This record gives sequence, structure tokens and C-alpha cells, in this order.
Amino acid sequence: MTHHDHDHHHDHSELSETELRVRALETILTEKGYIDPTALDLLIETYETKVGPRNGARVVARAWSDPAFRARLIHDATPAIAEIGYAGRQGEHIVALENTPRLHNMVVCTLCSCYPWPVLGLPPVWYKSAPYRSKAVKDPRGVLRDFGFELPEGTDIRVWDSTAEIRYLVLPLRPSGTEGWSEERLADLVTRDSMIGTGLPKRPHEAA
Amino acid sequence: MDGAHDMGGVAWSDPVRPEPNEPVFHAEWERRAFAITMAMAMPGGWNIDMSRFARENRPPEDYLSKSYYQIWFAGLERLLLERGLVASDEIAAGKSLHPAKPVPKILTPDGVAAVLHRGGPTERSARSPALFAVGDRVRAKRIHPATHTRLPQYVRGHAGIIDRVLGCHVFPDSNASGDGENPQWLYTVSFDGVELWGEASDASLRVSVDAWEPYLERI
Repeated sequence: MTHHDHDHHHDHSELSETELRVRALETILTEKGYIDPTALDLLIETYETKVGPRNGARVVARAWSDPAFRARLIHDATPAIAEIGYAGRQGEHIVALENTPRLHNMVVCTLCSCYPWPVLGLPPVWYKSAPYRSKAVKDPRGVLRDFGFELPEGTDIRVWDSTAEIRYLVLPLRPSGTEGWSEERLADLVTRDSMIGTGLPKRPHEAA
Repeated sequence: MDGAHDMGGVAWSDPVRPEPNEPVFHAEWERRAFAITMAMAMPGGWNIDMSRFARENRPPEDYLSKSYYQIWFAGLERLLLERGLVASDEIAAGKSLHPAKPVPKILTPDGVAAVLHRGGPTERSARSPALFAVGDRVRAKRIHPATHTRLPQYVRGHAGIIDRVLGCHVFPDSNASGDGENPQWLYTVSFDGVELWGEASDASLRVSVDAWEPYLERI
């Protein structure tokens, strides 16, 4: 067996062991009456189908369209976001960060994986990974290059490490060429990564 | 604790690798591990700071060898064992061998939406005025507790500025140890990139952390 084959086999059996352990623990906890598996199904369904970055995109599109909403969002994001119907777990205290032509904001959690669930859903693997958590606070422009874009010289960069229960949502710059667009059309331009600060919104010609 | 979870500034050779069209979960066991962890907090009675400490409090070789949800699952097993909700012989056997411990309540399907909507707000009423105001210069203390803390190593000993006063919030260092919420004033403190990383740093960089008052001293 080559070294590569050996590693592959090792990874595979470890994964199987994890699968078995998780399944066994669910059985034990159900037998003891500590969990109701149908509640688990509902939790999973919620985060797979209802809560995700589409929520945040609606918030951003509203802020781009409605100056009074934008002002409320910047002043105190949690109640402003609740107006649209998003609130709760891992979004109890939200702060919105306004990008400007001179300032780009980026959000990280170096200690674990803190992320604004009600507006972005559960975090992607890269957000929880060691490379992102280590590099974002030291070389954020390098992180942006990993994502395929270069921040212009003359734009300062501010990184927000989510070390408490405050959750951050980046309000990206509205793309030019979108004058008169409806909120629905604007929301299609707002990418998840643009609300973390590792990407930019789509431009009008990139819209689906 | 000074664990492998505290990753800010560590030299990592791999680039950040975004996954196009990434699914929310990558395997069925991840779905179940996530949901069991969420659901067990109610009967288990632990708080989020206890959960975080149960995940991070492990040797670097263990923490770094596990995937994200494997760490969640290992933390969950530890919390269950510590509280006697599950015994190690049951985990080995893969089935319940002992009577259940009485638990206050469990998460039922009709309670899911309300529990998620309520979340766990951490702001509390203040018992004393805030020591610092926006614009004050402060230094992050050089502390190295063996217990849970949310002051990352890369800011310890460094000078920063109070950018925001965020209210009085549950103090994780106490809450994780079962010593109560002990609410403390919380601030956004920002640091110049050069202060944190030296002259070679990106001069246009500022980095902030959210830091509780006991982490800070006035300069």
C-alpha cells in the first residue's frame, strides 16, 4: 500500500467512526428522553432552508434603497433588522459596518466561529478554518487576494474580531449602474462574502 | 487558556480556500451533531461559554486534528460526561445502560422557533458606570488564565483606543466556570496594525476586538 492509499484509508475509517459515534449518541440521548429527534430535524431544516445569506441580502438592499432605514441600521442594527423579521440566536446584538470608498470592513472570529446567523445563516468552512482565523487580523489584503480581488491602494482596511456576543454585518457599497433598481433586484447583487467583507457585491452585468 | 483555538496571527501556510456553492453541511453526521448540540443545551443546562470552553480546552494536537463539527461533538460528549447525563460505558456501548437523570425540560418541535427567536441576549443592566469612554487609550492586559477567556493573545500587552461602548454584558471568564454571569462593561477596542505586528505591517490596517473591562487598563 502506498503512503497515499494508507492516508486515504485512515481518513475514511476515522470519518466512519465519527458517523457511528454521532449516531450512537443520538440513540442514547433519545432513549434517555433528553432529545426529541423531530426537534433536531426542525433545527436542521431551519438552517438548511430558511436562515441564510438571502436574509442579509434583503437587509443590505433595503439599506441601499431607503435612507431612513439605513440610518436606523447604522445607529442600532438589531431592531432595524428585526423590522424585516430577522432576529434571535447568534444575532442578539448586531452591529452594521458601513463600507466607504476609503474604508473596507472585514469580519472574523479568531477564537472560534462567531457569525451573525439570523442574517447570514451558518458560517462556511473557510470562515471557521485556521488559515482565515489566523491571517485575517494580520494580512487581510492577502486574504482578499485568496478570494481573488485586490483592495485599491488608498482604501484603509478595518478588521473586526468577534470576540464577544456582538455580531457584525458589513454593509457593502452599492454598485454603480443600479439607479432605480428595486430592492428585489438589488438583493440579487448582494453576495454572502460581501457581507463578511471578503468579497464585493456583484456588478449589474453579473446579476443572474 | 492559551490554546490552539486562539489563532490570530499564527503563520499558516495554506491560503484561505472558499468552496463554490458550499452546502450548509457536508455530511449527515454534521447535521445531527449540530442539532444534538443545539438541542441538548436546554436539558443540559450549560451556557454558551461552557460550550466554548469544552470545545477549546484540549491539547493543540487534538484541536488541530479535528474538523469543526468533530470539535463540537467532542465538546458535547465532555459536557454530557461531566454532568453525569451520559456515562462513558454508555458511549462505548452505543446504548443507554443506566436510568436517565431528571432534566428540567427538553426541546420539543413546537419550541424550536421560539427558542431560536429568543436566542441568548447577553446585555445586562449596569451596576456601576463604565470606566472608559470613546477615545480613551487603553492597554490590553497581559493575562494568561488557564481557564476560559475571550481576550486573544495577539492583542495582549498592546495599546489601543476605545471605539465603542457596547453596554454591560455577561462576562465569559466567570460564566464558563459556573461562577455566574458577573456582567462587565464591554468595549470595542481598536489597535493600529503596526502596534500589533510591527513596522512591516500594512499601515492602513486597524484591528478591533470586543473586550470586557477587566481585560483593559488605562494608559
